[in-house]
Amino acid sequence: MPRTAEPVGTDLLRIDDELSDEERLVRDTVRKFAADRIMPNIADWFEAGMLPKELAPELGRLGLLGMHLKGYGCAGMGPIAYGVTCREMEAADSGLRSLVSVQGSLAMFPIWKYGSEEQKNEWLPRMAAGEAIGCFGLTEPDHGSDPSSMKTHAVKDGTDWVLNGAKMWITNGSVADVAVVWATTEQGIRGFLLPRGTRGFTARNIHKKLSLRASVTSELHFDDVRLPADAVLPGVTGLKGPLSCLSEARFGIAWGVTGAARACLEAAIDYATTREQFGRKIGGFQLTQGKLAWMAADLQRAQLLALHLGRLKEAGQITPQQISLGKMSNVRTAIDIARTARTILGANGITLEYPVIRHANNLESVLTYEGTEEIHTLAIGQALTGISAYR
Amino acid sequence: MNIVVCVKQVPDTWSERTLRESDSTLDRDAADAVINELDEYAIEEGLRLAEAHGGEVTILSMGPDRATEAIRKALSMGADKAVHLVDDALAGSDLLGTSAALAAVLGQIGFDLVILGSESTDARTGALPAMLAERLGVPQLSYASKVEVDGSAISIHRLADYGYDTVEATLPAVVSVVEKINEPRYPTFKGIMAAKKKPVQTMSLADAGIDPATVGLANAASEVTGWAKRPPRQAGTIVTDEGDGGAKAAGFLAERKFI
Repeated sequence: MPRTAEPVGTDLLRIDDELSDEERLVRDTVRKFAADRIMPNIADWFEAGMLPKELAPELGRLGLLGMHLKGYGCAGMGPIAYGVTCREMEAADSGLRSLVSVQGSLAMFPIWKYGSEEQKNEWLPRMAAGEAIGCFGLTEPDHGSDPSSMKTHAVKDGTDWVLNGAKMWITNGSVADVAVVWATTEQGIRGFLLPRGTRGFTARNIHKKLSLRASVTSELHFDDVRLPADAVLPGVTGLKGPLSCLSEARFGIAWGVTGAARACLEAAIDYATTREQFGRKIGGFQLTQGKLAWMAADLQRAQLLALHLGRLKEAGQITPQQISLGKMSNVRTAIDIARTARTILGANGITLEYPVIRHANNLESVLTYEGTEEIHTLAIGQALTGISAYR
Repeated sequence: MNIVVCVKQVPDTWSERTLRESDSTLDRDAADAVINELDEYAIEEGLRLAEAHGGEVTILSMGPDRATEAIRKALSMGADKAVHLVDDALAGSDLLGTSAALAAVLGQIGFDLVILGSESTDARTGALPAMLAERLGVPQLSYASKVEVDGSAISIHRLADYGYDTVEATLPAVVSVVEKINEPRYPTFKGIMAAKKKPVQTMSLADAGIDPATVGLANAASEVTGWAKRPPRQAGTIVTDEGDGGAKAAGFLAERKFI
């Protein structure tokens, strides 16, 4: 008989000991909420391709939505607490983490950072409470990695604006009470707030997705949408507006995917220590142990990277290149871990009885959204060489 | 109403727990520490009573420095303030010492109602609430699955094998609760932020007027004379359904008082 001992868990380096009491409390709260409210249902939601609407106010009551913003009903927590929250949400499902990221970093953040006092008061408290959902419209059907050539445009008509165009792959689009839409104007790219029901503004869900199924993805259409002068976000002009929001969200992704990867590694360890072949646990075979050991090493490196980004952000020193590195590297690591975990679970790895294929499929979207792996690679290449490969 | 909830930090039941070879006390550094689960129900009940009847909820915890984590969680759930009794001389206190120390603090800070979980997941004696009530000279209402307060009258449902007893008393009193009583709330993020500003009073033995000769391992009246590692998990019992599977399953559960 091989010798056995109690397994030590996946945090071999005890990286979580670096968290403050407050950050650990945030971790435990989100973990418990996920265990109570999400995990019992997530496979069914994923299969049905839906997300229950009542989750948003529950997340709002806990304080997850816009948690890293100050004032206006937001909790005002630090970047590491935000990262830990993304990690624990994504350990449940990337679709639910997306809901939190999009609401907090892509919809609330631009209103908080660039909005007028009236816009902030109108939207932020309700969005923090989960009573109003927001979405972020930047990507278009023909303009993904190259947003500066977007077609959606707004022209002045008296004091009003008239908006035309379309946006694609918009998380929360059809359920949103307010859309933050970026459009070209004579002055450059500006952000507009479009309440649901504005005449000429329609949203349609994108169906037949095999990834992020427990998340709403939509296309938005603007057909001569007339907006008052105060619909524009006064605080920013140019692509730096939407890019600054994406930096916030990508930071959360660098953390979030470590949750999905951890869930896959845990599932693989659990399976390997119960499944028997040839009269012994498959976790006792060297090939399986080799996979597990490298998954653990890769995961812990990703977690250290996320924590380091958190420290940089806390110090107010983080750069877009650093966030690109974190997003690129950690999503790649997570998807590799998910795929390796799938091989350990064998045929069981492809069913929704286990979390692995769900995470692996979700991570296909995460690899591409919020800056594709390729563009982040080129951003880092440019940082290293000083030469732009795409402009 | 001045409500005091006693909270104990215990090793996480999910981690491997051991006693120290040197003095047979719990090795608290070897495991993650959490709030004793039943104490979360006690906190929730305290918060609900304060919300319904007005008043304040004070958390009282006796334990090492690290117990501040448990106190912070309790404050994040919504308690108003906390008292942390911390002194090296308290280490290894048995039930008599612990109840004497907590009673001394409660005597100083005052209370209308003391709420505790009915037992801790580490020592699991379940005797502390009774000892505390005795030392304080107030009624004890134990194993409560429901608590009602009306003025100075308090009544509880005491959980029993056959259902429940209704037990009544007059405040001040000590209540211990079971997990059927409520569903503890999550600490909200705003609660976590607000907890940082809530007062936590640290008390030593001297501050609480506790005689060091009554507490600690050296003065414990009970002693751990021997202990053994938990035996490895045994294979489960397989019940074969011969048309009577339901009855057999029910019998199995009834034997263990699950139904």
